[in-house]
Amino acid sequence: MGDFWRRFFDSDLWWSFKSSPLVVIAFSITVIIVFSSIFATFVAPYNPFDLAQFDLMDSLKPPAWMEGGTSQFFLGTDDQGRDVLSTILYGSRVSLLVGFMSVFFAMVIGIIVGLIAGYSGGWVDALLMRIADVQLSFPAILIALLVDGIVRGLLPKGSHDDLAVYVLIVAIALSFWVQYARTVRSSTMIERTKEYVQAAQVIGLPQPLILFRHILPNVMGPVLVIATIQLALAVITEATLSFLGVGVPPTSPSLGTLIRVGNDYLFSGEWWITVFPGAALVILVLAVNILGDWLRDALNPKLR
Amino acid sequence: MSIKSLLTTNVSILALTIATTVALTMPVQAKTFKYAFQGDAQSLDPHSLNETFTLGLLGNVYEPLIDYDKDMKKIPGLATKWEATSPTTWAFELRKGVKFHNGNPFTADDVIFTWKRMLSEGSDQKARAALIKDIKKVDDFHIIVETPVPNPTVLNEMTQMYVMDKEWAEKHNAVKSSSPKDAGRDGSYATTHENGTGPFIVESRQPDVKTVLVRYKDHWNKDIATNIDRVEFTPIKQAATRVAALLSGQIDLVFPVPVQDWNRLTKAPSVKALNGPEARTIFLGMDQSRDELLHSSVKGKNPFKDVRVRKAFAHAINLDAIKKAIMRGASTPSGLMWAPQIQGYNAASNTPYKYDPETSKKLLKEAGYPDGFTVTMDCPNNRYVNDEKICQAVASMLAKVGVKIDLLAQPKSKYFAKVLAQGGYDTSFYLLGWTPASMDVYNVFNSLIVCQNKEKKAGSFNLGNYCNKKVDELTKIIASETDVAKRQAAIDEAAKIIQDEVGYLPLHQQPLSWGVRDGVKVAQRADNVLDYRDVVMP
Amino acid sequence: MFLFLARRLFQAAMVMLTVALIAFALFQYVGDPVANMVGQDTSVADREKLKQDLGLNDPIIVQFGHFVQNASKGEFGQSYRLRKPVKELIAERFPATLELSIISAILALLVGIPMGVYTALHPKSWVSQGFMTLSLIGISLPTFLIGIFLILFFGVILQWLPTFGRGEVVDLGWWTTGFLSKSGWQSLIMPAITLAIFQMTLIVRLIRAEMLEVLRSDYIKFARARGLHERSISFSHALKNTLVPVITIIGLQIGSLIAFAIITESVFQWPGMGLLFIQAIEEVDIPIMSAYLLLIALVFVIINLLVDILYYSIDPRLRMN
Repeated sequence: MGDFWRRFFDSDLWWSFKSSPLVVIAFSITVIIVFSSIFATFVAPYNPFDLAQFDLMDSLKPPAWMEGGTSQFFLGTDDQGRDVLSTILYGSRVSLLVGFMSVFFAMVIGIIVGLIAGYSGGWVDALLMRIADVQLSFPAILIALLVDGIVRGLLPKGSHDDLAVYVLIVAIALSFWVQYARTVRSSTMIERTKEYVQAAQVIGLPQPLILFRHILPNVMGPVLVIATIQLALAVITEATLSFLGVGVPPTSPSLGTLIRVGNDYLFSGEWWITVFPGAALVILVLAVNILGDWLRDALNPKLR
Repeated sequence: MSIKSLLTTNVSILALTIATTVALTMPVQAKTFKYAFQGDAQSLDPHSLNETFTLGLLGNVYEPLIDYDKDMKKIPGLATKWEATSPTTWAFELRKGVKFHNGNPFTADDVIFTWKRMLSEGSDQKARAALIKDIKKVDDFHIIVETPVPNPTVLNEMTQMYVMDKEWAEKHNAVKSSSPKDAGRDGSYATTHENGTGPFIVESRQPDVKTVLVRYKDHWNKDIATNIDRVEFTPIKQAATRVAALLSGQIDLVFPVPVQDWNRLTKAPSVKALNGPEARTIFLGMDQSRDELLHSSVKGKNPFKDVRVRKAFAHAINLDAIKKAIMRGASTPSGLMWAPQIQGYNAASNTPYKYDPETSKKLLKEAGYPDGFTVTMDCPNNRYVNDEKICQAVASMLAKVGVKIDLLAQPKSKYFAKVLAQGGYDTSFYLLGWTPASMDVYNVFNSLIVCQNKEKKAGSFNLGNYCNKKVDELTKIIASETDVAKRQAAIDEAAKIIQDEVGYLPLHQQPLSWGVRDGVKVAQRADNVLDYRDVVMP
Repeated sequence: MFLFLARRLFQAAMVMLTVALIAFALFQYVGDPVANMVGQDTSVADREKLKQDLGLNDPIIVQFGHFVQNASKGEFGQSYRLRKPVKELIAERFPATLELSIISAILALLVGIPMGVYTALHPKSWVSQGFMTLSLIGISLPTFLIGIFLILFFGVILQWLPTFGRGEVVDLGWWTTGFLSKSGWQSLIMPAITLAIFQMTLIVRLIRAEMLEVLRSDYIKFARARGLHERSISFSHALKNTLVPVITIIGLQIGSLIAFAIITESVFQWPGMGLLFIQAIEEVDIPIMSAYLLLIALVFVIINLLVDILYYSIDPRLRMN
């Protein structure tokens, strides 16, 4: 173990991490957000998912430093009387889970399909890419309705609530993978013609090894760009789907749902319901993207 | 300053140019009224869809024999006089000298034709037309209307029977009401064209984008208040966009406006919020017929069959808090399933349940649920004013007495598909709203309160099948009793029974919510209909 | 080439058939179409009859069969909600969407490509860092928030721009355009920006990432060694070689601009296809949904065909095969 850490601290990765303050800040923020949402139960002042804990009469209180605000609710309360700060913490948990999981699955599916299609060419490529075309024609909303409908049909009544989050992850992953697949495919088609791949073929390396060991690292650049950006998109998509009754119920709101609900109060002056969750999302996405940029540059064999 | 004066000069030159161009084509003070609603009328055929907004818009183009004025009082429309000649017959005298938009004269034949058209296949007004057994022509301007049974509400229903020109319909192969299934084919002429007698003519229409109407110069009534010559109607789906269109001065009137935006409208210069009580009652219903609830933690029995549980629910809900926090003080908490504007309303019976969570807890304990239970609540999220927010608030209030609500909030098409008859009344606990189109209480009883009865087409919207034989008996009296006092006694008695055994949990009447540019005078009718006859522009 | 196109044509037909089949399997989960076609008082029996008449009680496979049969004759049925032939509705709405997507795509490319190239050439400069951060805010704010903020600021407070609709539209008979009137252009500005912001972010970041790699590759070093002008290196050599993934993504993005500019179109009440589609989903307007999904499949098939052809003309490495 000690050996591992020594090697880690000696590595280029650690050095490039240490030397960029922006990356260090981004990393800290990401860690703070992730941890405080995982441990929301201990960090948050209230439990906004427990319906008995808040009162309608406390609704729409402004943040503590504004006129009419109380120190009881530091970032104010929403339309139901829930503490906005607690709701952001609890809500981030759902949003982060859905965001990271769905982007991860989309990426895995997309990369595998893209590598195979780009490397094989011919009818395999044609088939996979036409499946991708079919997929592209359906917006996430419809896919979610389909997945939800099928899940509900297959499973007994009542089990729906526990599954809502997984339905969301599957639906979003299913509607996001094509971007990766087509990008990886196009890069793979270029890499395939290069000497190092031909050399690997000549010495008879097995195909999976060539694909994942040799080609994959060279096509990851655009993939990471898309992934970091899609994280934000996934969180927002999740909010849209919740509106359709597919996602998490409004009584346990996610970050995206909070932003969507707060949208109703933009004109009426209760800006804190949207702006704080919105800011939380912006900060998270910024941090993840800065980390993503750094990681990509630091790991890229071509840039060393 | 200089920029401002420059602008004014430019504007006046522009105005002059426009004025001269306009002067050549239309009268100088042509007034255009622009308004927006959240959706569009679905058809120009007044018999193909029985829906408030569609009929409301078409009420400016077509006319009934009896009309509503701005206070929902019945006034002469295409009929000048009517009287009951027996409990089941009415004699009508029709207005002379009325011309349809194409110049055809209006006669008794058109009325009879209209009634028959409303009964035709494809019509969505069949139930209404069926309230009339026959219409006999005496001469061109006198008819006798017969009802199958004594019916105190038939005159109200007639305000929604828009008269269509017989000759025009025959010429264009539109003698049968159009239906969604033959849109775009033969027989759908009336979906996209109109020929009414009303004060406005549809000039152009692109569904969902824009509809333009112009004043009908030969309209029989020269006394209507409006001074507008042209109406531009645009559907704007998003509430925020609708409000912005009003605030930016592009639109004269928008509705509905979210209740939380009233404050903003009041503070903004040159616009104001217009609100009044709507005749729509929002309520909660409970499945009281199944032996075991479809969606609940309680197995083997149905807690809603126990009146103590229903009472516990009633006392757990704080109507005033909902009014204050969610409806911004604009709803009218209600103890009845019908609104004050409805014929048959009696203020004395309207006593909302008292908010008393302690009693609730006690009742739940007595009923054998000291720790409460779990039940799924079905809720629409784009149908009524702040519907989803109300459901959340109810869930939170019930949580405080120990009942755990799983809230399933969905868009209306998915919600209705689940809870209505087509979905097999698949609900245990739900939120619904109801406006009786006839503005009479009988409609409420027949749709929501009597026991479900498929053959008699009764209780179709009594989703939880609340069922009381005595109330059913009383409903029969309400249906046919023409003596007002006796009828009211029956209504009051039924109201008492429903309240005592908590058949439903009425919440409130939701507010009408319009936003208007200063200086534009409109009448806000309780049925949320915008009548152009009452619009006066500055 | 002919064989290639013929093959792709056949594949396109298969894609569209599959899309239609999945669509019909899906419609049963969208809601009850009849509830939106009748008034609240309409009896259960009448509702049931209407459902029967519309063929909604048939098995999915039968409905699918009818649809394919009619579609092959160019017949797509009538909208339940707007009671108009779907063909006409799509023809009415298509120009609005296409004009909006073209303008916003041009906007995104015009701003995004130079920004991407700049940030790659000067990765450490503060301007680049600023560009990168700014571009991220654009995507992490949900589209409807951006749209409403624009409306609030430019429409309500400053009152410079119209807040909804397409302005004055000129009808050319086969096409309606907002390009020929002042109010048409004014109405276009805010929705186009809202749509472009997201595309821009993606373009900037993709170009930067790819160019950083290409700039350090051997052949750029050779070009430098040969004494080629720096600008010529960055644009004609480096940029050109980054374009394959960028074009892939831009193709997909333009496709989704045309297909799913749903949120932007509803925020600005832009009378395009996105708005038509989202309302069709909400009101369960099956004829519109099915015809629309088919059209979208066609759009993607065409765009991806063009993208595949472009690969070969842009990247010299692919031409060798």
